[in-house]
Amino acid sequence: MDMQVAKKKLGLKERYAVMTRGLDWTPSYQKMEDIYPYIAYEGIKIHDWDKWEDPFRLTMDAYWKYQAEKERKLYSVLDAYTQGNGHLNVTDARYLNTVKLFLSGISPLEYVAHRGFAHAGRQFPGPGPRVACLMQSVDEIRHAQTQVHAVSNYNKYYNGMHDFHHAHDRVWFLSVPKSFFDDAITAGPFEFMVSIGFSFEYVLTNLLFVPFVSGAAYNGDMAAMTFGFSAQSDEARHMTLGLEVIKFILEQDPDNVPIVQRWINKWTWRGYRVLTLVAMMMDYMLPKRTMSWKESWEIYFEENGGALFKDLARYGITMPKCAEHIALEKDHLSHQAWSTFYNYAAASNFHTWMPDEDEMDWLASKYPNSFDKHYRPRYEFWREQAAKGNRFYNKTLPMLCQTCQIPMIFTEPGDPTKICYREVDYKGDKYHFCSDHCKEIFEYEPEKYVQAWLPVHQIYQGNCFPEGTDPTVEGFDPLAAVLKYYHLENGRDNLDFEGSEDQKNFAEWRGQATKNI
Amino acid sequence: MQIDLRTVSIKPLRHTFDNVARRIGADKPASRYQEGTLDMQQTANFHYRPTWAPEYDIYDASRTAIKMADWYAFKDPRQFYYGAYCLARAKQQETAEANFDFVENRGLAGTLPESVRDTVLKLLVPLRHVAWGSNMNNASVCAYSYGTGFSQPHIYHSMDQLGIAQYITRVGLLLGDVQTLDEGKRAWMEDDAWQGLRRFVEDSFVLQDPFELFVVQNVVLDGLLYPLVYETIIDDVLSSQGGTPVAMLTQFMTDWFTETKKWADATVKIAAAESAENKAILGKWLTDWRDRAAAALLPVARIALGDRTDEVMGEVVQQFNARMAKAGVAI
Amino acid sequence: MSTVFLALQTNEDTRPIIEAILQDNPHAVCDEQPAMVKINAEGKLVVRRETIEELLGRDYDLQELQVNMITMSGNLDQTDDEMILFWKN
Repeated sequence: MDMQVAKKKLGLKERYAVMTRGLDWTPSYQKMEDIYPYIAYEGIKIHDWDKWEDPFRLTMDAYWKYQAEKERKLYSVLDAYTQGNGHLNVTDARYLNTVKLFLSGISPLEYVAHRGFAHAGRQFPGPGPRVACLMQSVDEIRHAQTQVHAVSNYNKYYNGMHDFHHAHDRVWFLSVPKSFFDDAITAGPFEFMVSIGFSFEYVLTNLLFVPFVSGAAYNGDMAAMTFGFSAQSDEARHMTLGLEVIKFILEQDPDNVPIVQRWINKWTWRGYRVLTLVAMMMDYMLPKRTMSWKESWEIYFEENGGALFKDLARYGITMPKCAEHIALEKDHLSHQAWSTFYNYAAASNFHTWMPDEDEMDWLASKYPNSFDKHYRPRYEFWREQAAKGNRFYNKTLPMLCQTCQIPMIFTEPGDPTKICYREVDYKGDKYHFCSDHCKEIFEYEPEKYVQAWLPVHQIYQGNCFPEGTDPTVEGFDPLAAVLKYYHLENGRDNLDFEGSEDQKNFAEWRGQATKNI
Repeated sequence: MQIDLRTVSIKPLRHTFDNVARRIGADKPASRYQEGTLDMQQTANFHYRPTWAPEYDIYDASRTAIKMADWYAFKDPRQFYYGAYCLARAKQQETAEANFDFVENRGLAGTLPESVRDTVLKLLVPLRHVAWGSNMNNASVCAYSYGTGFSQPHIYHSMDQLGIAQYITRVGLLLGDVQTLDEGKRAWMEDDAWQGLRRFVEDSFVLQDPFELFVVQNVVLDGLLYPLVYETIIDDVLSSQGGTPVAMLTQFMTDWFTETKKWADATVKIAAAESAENKAILGKWLTDWRDRAAAALLPVARIALGDRTDEVMGEVVQQFNARMAKAGVAI
Repeated sequence: MSTVFLALQTNEDTRPIIEAILQDNPHAVCDEQPAMVKINAEGKLVVRRETIEELLGRDYDLQELQVNMITMSGNLDQTDDEMILFWKN
């Protein structure tokens, strides 16, 4: 051909197709099923891997260029924030507890997502899904790391975050997010994609990030706001991947539809249960509120998710039926969760408090159907008791749901005065559940869920004490031993915000920074 | 560390996270590489076994024959956490872009002697598939290995290899056209010259030991392929025949290999220094796979080197042996 | 009709982009939140490269949008010239 003639410039779609397609080949020296051993056992049928479309069509050179720009911006903000003692500009030191919750509960999940997408990318034979998954894998390690880097400076000045990796693998309530991701990564590669790629990233991520990040912005936390927004820019890509994956699987074979529907039902519920922590953060832990959990659920799930499921209706996919249950729970979820943490504040890595009068009024205005009737009286009572020196810390360990691992605190859908209990007998043992949905998930795969490492069971079995502990000695204090196992320092990392070292230091440091003393 | 704030100073309660302090000492702040790498992978109280491999935990050190008292003994000498990695690659891609522009805008592709252009297309374009295989193998090591110190560089390596596949594609499109890519794939699938290498790559796909896969792909195959194709054939042999513009188009690969082999060497060195058992296992893997890789690359090298093939290949293998000896494994 | 949306960080980079989007999509509604602008539109939202280039006064690659994008909803179709978000119902 004549090299002098200028070549026709390929458009984005053709260029990307040429860059990626055709890279793979059908092996002949090894069998397909030996190279890709995990793609058949879930029952998903794929006939043409090339039908996968990656709408963003990022080649690696463009990826490096734009991601480097994001990283430069992010770290320059983090440096400036640290140098200027930005932590003293947050609204109120109570805010820092959301950071503790986020770092120990969410950041480790970003890491699991990184490894999970590496696994999925390795296992899918087609170049489209491979590239999309691996790009997400490398993005997810970015998120885990930028979160650790953004919180690093807070850890230097405040308690509760100092051993978050250790805590994530051990502390009772952290088994809720941990088991969620463990569940996803131990599922087959297609279920992993539907669980994390679709249900978590597409359906639920806005509920996690938008409130958290706007919350950070409202509360003067420039570090979290910046990493949050920066991570979200990748998230937009991941959400698109999540939607594409589901369309791809559904279009490949009608037999895939019921399998996918079951996964969507399961993972919407599983994800929603993890978001209990976010609900509580939004309604109680942000000193300056952005919107209520209920409002956020209505905008990002009911409205936006509604549009999504309408769009998927053409494949025969319907809105998961747990949505009805969730709608009944939205007036109660955050209040029931915060009450529980207030009870168990002795065993947590962040501080709790009772809302003040203004905050109670805000809650009453956001939850007119439930707050004044069911929760205000309870809080007022606890507040009175604390004022009298009877601050109640619950030392009896709660029964946990075998599936979501949250203590059995939730009430019957439609009846906020009655705790919801479900149980199943399986191979001679009794298993307990917080809801019909968690029970159903268990019943479909009992062999998986009987394996769950339930923190309460483990404490009672003596597995959560430091090595060499003798629980039979006179005066043995189990809580003290458990805190040691968690690497939590009693009196510094746990208990009420009122009287905490964080509260004292923040007030003193801010005073020094703003007054001439 | 004291931070001055107006007239007063705030003394931090601690310098870094406890897990980092336990490893580097509590008396100093840690680097971003350290805080972003050490203990990032979960280690305890996993809830469920993988349904796809119930014999293992989610992360399981027993997937490899290499034994380490502490998997965080592995440190990346480049100290790549995501941000540092991306900034480094963004800079390299800018150079690559400038090089492609330079060659394209001055019509330098048209000045290549016909024979050089043919050789380049025949040799380089099928290597897209080798890079694609490496992308997959590195994803595999990242997914199934133990400890972020070892697993993390593999995801970067995986993305790098995808980038390399795409750069080769662009060379193919610049010196040829879309059909050139199809012809490269046909050769990869059918031509005798490529079958040894394709078999090698496909055999690597079914390896189950993540450390062995690291050795086979990143130490052995790349350790012979890059010096042979990019450093010797393109930068040296073809450049002397008027092929310098090609060397500009593959500069990314040359620079990339120079950088990444430091990490590969450091990794081999740390594993070998851990125990005599590790050293023996590494020695066996390196020898067996080196011989297979060298044999597979021989007919590929012949495309460009003709009579000189055996001599050049011999030199490349010698260099490789010397590299490994320096890393502590005499082969 | 369902609503699609695109949320961008509020900064100097996105100011002309938001202006271009609103210009090209008269039915879109702009919702300004702390540090973020959310653009909602019934059914479909089109981001056009040419309009952004006119307002920016330089060449613009639509992939640059990713640097400042926070979230979105709807199906996506992207070419060199346009990025379209849409629902099929």
